[in-house]
Amino acid sequence: MADDRLIIAGREFKSRLWVGTGKYKDFVETQKAIEASGADVVTVAVRRVNITDRSKDNLLDYIDPKKYTILPNTAGCYTVEDAVRYSRLARAAGVSDLVKLEVLGDEKTLFPDTAGLIEAAKILIKEGFIVLPYTNDDPIVAKKLVDIGCPAVMPLAAPIGSGLGIRNPYNLKIIMETVKVPIIVDAGVGTASDAALAMEYGADAVLMNTAIAGAQDPIAMAEAMRHAVHAGRLAYKAGRIPRKLYATASSPIEGML
Amino acid sequence: MQNAVNIHVNGEPRTWRSGASVAELLRELDIKIERVAVELNLEILDRAVFDQRLLQDGDRVEIMSFIGGGSS
Repeated sequence: MADDRLIIAGREFKSRLWVGTGKYKDFVETQKAIEASGADVVTVAVRRVNITDRSKDNLLDYIDPKKYTILPNTAGCYTVEDAVRYSRLARAAGVSDLVKLEVLGDEKTLFPDTAGLIEAAKILIKEGFIVLPYTNDDPIVAKKLVDIGCPAVMPLAAPIGSGLGIRNPYNLKIIMETVKVPIIVDAGVGTASDAALAMEYGADAVLMNTAIAGAQDPIAMAEAMRHAVHAGRLAYKAGRIPRKLYATASSPIEGML
Repeated sequence: MQNAVNIHVNGEPRTWRSGASVAELLRELDIKIERVAVELNLEILDRAVFDQRLLQDGDRVEIMSFIGGGSS
């Protein structure tokens, strides 16, 4: 597995578990959980700097951009204009051309507005961004995103923060067969088995935040997720046995009395 | 206050010294330049021009940075 590297837009990633940085108790916990997860891609949101209270620490004091790939996202953006604006701000803040593009359709489900997503992705790709789109588990939309130049797609497993696990494994499988770019399952994972399943289905990576940050012991869960993603990947590469209705004995009949 | 400009910084009204640059504003607010993006009246500024762009009356400055967040 040493050469089992994930490559997106010419960039090489060591870890197939990517993590978010929200909802932690504090930056120390964030840092410890990320370290335990083994992730080398860390997604961050773009927000106004608190100008009245400058005593607050900066997230990047705890997550070294030299050590991790910082993946800015457009979380909270409900329009194409906002998503494009936040992406440009993220790039101007100087991390990279990468963006995890979110154009949300609805506050209750946080499902992506896929029409808006495609429109925003087109604009950003033209401006040289490497757009990793948070999308629905819709193979047609995934194909459209790849056709316009997204080097990977990030379909959801379930609504963001829901912990429901993979609600539509068959669609995910169809996406994996439809597009020839890396598939990063983003959002909806609840526990380690969900992450392992995503990888067993053939996902190239899994991105999660709440499943780790919201666990009773986030650092232990981060470690569990690291093992789950690794185990799932190994199982996928090893090739599972087919499911059968009836038993097949593991011991030979030969030599029996 | 004479020689002052009324501006908005991250949505908050502020009175600032007339003739001050964006770079000076950041410095006086104790904000590290390398960690932020600055939008002046909806135009994202290149860092190279922070010390050339002087604040004008009515300017709306947005200073943005990265915070913890996963998906939305």
